Amino acid sequence: MSVSTITETVQYLTFKLADEIFALDVAKVREILEYTSITKVPQTPEFMRGVINLRGSVVPVIDMRLKFGMSTTEQTINTCIIVVEVTLDGDTTVLGALADSVQEVVEMEPESIEPAPHIGTRLNTEFIKGMGKHEDQFVMILDIDKVFSESEMAAVQEAGGGND
Amino acid sequence: MSSPQEQHIATYREEAGELLAELETSLLELEENPQDSDLINRVFRAMHTIKGSGAMFGFDDIARFTHEVETVFDQVRNGKMEVTRALLDLTLQARDQISTMLAASGGGPPADNAVGERIIAGLQQLQPQSAQPVRITEELSKTADATDTPPRSYRIRFKPLPEIMLGGTNPVALLNELRELGACEVICHLDAIPTLDNLVAEHCFFYWDIILTTTRGNEAIKDVFIFVEDDCELSINLIDDGSSADADPNYKKLGDILVERGDLSPVEMQKILSMQKRFGEILVDQGLVPASKVQSALAEQQQVKQVRQERTTSAAGPAAAEAALSIRVPADRLDHLVNLVGELVTVQAHLTQLAATRSDNDITTVAEEVERLISELRDTTLTMRMLPIGTTFSKFKRLVRDLSAELGKEIDLETTGADTELDKTVIEKLNDPLVHLIRNSIDHGIEMPDLRKANGKPAKGTVHLGAQHSGDSVLVTIRDDGAGLDKERIRAKAIERGLITPTSELTDKEIFNLIFAPGFSTAQKVTSVSGRGVGMDVVKKAIEALRGTIDIDSTSGKGSVITLKIPLTLAIIETLLVRIDRNFFVLPLSIVEECVELTRADVQASHGRHLAKVRGELTPYISLREQFAILDNQPDIEQIVILSVGGKRIGFVVDDVVGEHQTVIKTLGKLYRDVRGISGATILGDGTVALILDPGLLVEAVAMVEQEQFG
Repeated sequence: MSVSTITETVQYLTFKLADEIFALDVAKVREILEYTSITKVPQTPEFMRGVINLRGSVVPVIDMRLKFGMSTTEQTINTCIIVVEVTLDGDTTVLGALADSVQEVVEMEPESIEPAPHIGTRLNTEFIKGMGKHEDQFVMILDIDKVFSESEMAAVQEAGGGND
Repeated sequence: MSSPQEQHIATYREEAGELLAELETSLLELEENPQDSDLINRVFRAMHTIKGSGAMFGFDDIARFTHEVETVFDQVRNGKMEVTRALLDLTLQARDQISTMLAASGGGPPADNAVGERIIAGLQQLQPQSAQPVRITEELSKTADATDTPPRSYRIRFKPLPEIMLGGTNPVALLNELRELGACEVICHLDAIPTLDNLVAEHCFFYWDIILTTTRGNEAIKDVFIFVEDDCELSINLIDDGSSADADPNYKKLGDILVERGDLSPVEMQKILSMQKRFGEILVDQGLVPASKVQSALAEQQQVKQVRQERTTSAAGPAAAEAALSIRVPADRLDHLVNLVGELVTVQAHLTQLAATRSDNDITTVAEEVERLISELRDTTLTMRMLPIGTTFSKFKRLVRDLSAELGKEIDLETTGADTELDKTVIEKLNDPLVHLIRNSIDHGIEMPDLRKANGKPAKGTVHLGAQHSGDSVLVTIRDDGAGLDKERIRAKAIERGLITPTSELTDKEIFNLIFAPGFSTAQKVTSVSGRGVGMDVVKKAIEALRGTIDIDSTSGKGSVITLKIPLTLAIIETLLVRIDRNFFVLPLSIVEECVELTRADVQASHGRHLAKVRGELTPYISLREQFAILDNQPDIEQIVILSVGGKRIGFVVDDVVGEHQTVIKTLGKLYRDVRGISGATILGDGTVALILDPGLLVEAVAMVEQEQFG
């Protein structure tokens, strides 16, 4: 299925949420920041942590752990914000993704990537491009555009919004 | 990067768009003053320019079509045709057709040629009988339609800059165009061509002398060169004005001509001439003519020359001066500049903050100086993006004209304050809401002519569109003298739609404001113009997106007034910075009325109701802490910032008022688009992000929640 879309050897940035390793296409990554103070925008769902000042631009930050149904990201020395460029509705938008720690940049052959199982990941399979293997550990390769797609955000916003 | 040719085409498209807008305005003005020859000339020139540059950049279909229209207007210009309503109708349609063709070439839907042909056929019908047969061949019509002006001879020296061909201009095309004007002799000069090793193949080293005899006048010649004016040296001299029947068929002497052209210096000619005796002297010597007569002939020669020279220089003068007054700058470059200034303002805030923390007089002085300069820079930069709102007003003239014809109503559009300036982006975003509001006024407001007469009003209705400055906002008003809003019908409809309950007591204003509720429409029949009920709430949203407000007032039988209050700019605003716990927010300073304290005792005294007594007046307030679910560190003494929201005083409770702040507005992006009450963010001097509050929407949100609870 979706793995057929991966035909070239691509470099991936791996990062950790809790104990699990996730990966995303480095071409989508703009930079990695240390954790800085995030300004919460009131009346928004929990996983939308707020906005940060990225050299004069205001960039929204999303808590990846909350987004994937885990507990809130606790701030540690390794906590970082991965600044990604995602395509929303045809426009490129810059977003920050809060992760527990950033691991490394790895190359993965298309052959070593398998399609995501339909059940058992406890994640919306839409989000996962494939399952890779790196140093005997499973790596979930994210389709970051889908994770942040507008309908995805709007759906959660309706469910979680309106805390008044 | 696009090729130069593509860039030229883009420029052409842009310019043609402007010219079409000008054409439309001129045509509409012409309708009011059909005799104004200035306007006729403006129409003609706009079309001529569209045609000429169209042909130059390969828009042949546009050129051909425009040419046909232009030919008809040439008749008008020459006084052979009257400006009639029918002519203007067709010309306006032709303008739309050109606009469609232009869009089609840029990837839009293709233009319907049949429409074009119908317009041309219609225009040809309007032409006076005498001119019609001549039009078959273009060449003939040009010479035939101007028989009343005698043929005049001009000497044109056309010396293009070497780079002229890089701009996409083909000099040969210009020369051919000249040939079409009449008998024409072209002499090419080769003396500027460099030696082969210095020769740049893409440059043009030729220049030409053209002796042209034409009936079409100086203007026609200038029109030919209109696009290359800045890229060439051009001199046009009338050498025979055709009026003097007794002119010497031998014309001037060789030496005079050469000197006049600047090919021979007068000194050199004097030198040569001094070798021979002067013509006059010979005459006198021979006793054929008395010396005094020769003197007077020479004086005459002098005089005519002088007059002619003055004529040509004064014709070129004003145009040249005008061109220097403004320059064309791409909008994105300007936007980039505004962004940079915005960042500079942020950095300066940081600097000021740093200077305040260390008590170093020198640094404070520099910081203050920088602050002063930057605020000046900011103001100048923002005014650069300001455009007079009149650019959109002129579009509405056409709208009113077409709509009133369609609906069988008679309506005048009056405008005032067309020179009121607003930020370019604001004007662009204001266009659609204004179209909607004007459509509404025409469709629902103004009555049919006979009904108006029966009600003792003039048959012709008036829609008035006005703009004026008011502090840091612009007020745009749309007033009509129509029937006004029907309170009872709005009320009935609102009850039917479940917007209000039958027992609700509403003031007139509240009833009027119901028309902005989503899905509300009182039009009893749906017309193509309005009445689908998608209108007013969309308008309201659009205005709110501009951080503006909309207000409506109406008197039954007299008409309605809709007032839009629009901020001058979308980039930088003056705000009041406030703090709640560790969160910073800014409120628009323009609506801040005062700040008062709110102690815990006050809250207890009012039994937890959100009402505060401010100088004997009960003022409702919103606790932003509660609203935003910020629970930590509530101080004993809070501050109420009292704002004027929609004409009412409403307090916003915060922990602390920090002070005034120059706010550079940043959008929160798509993800936060649906958050009501927060319109953007800004970056403070120390780098933290503060959120920009939209008090109007916050009040609305709170009112809605309270209504759900108790209503």
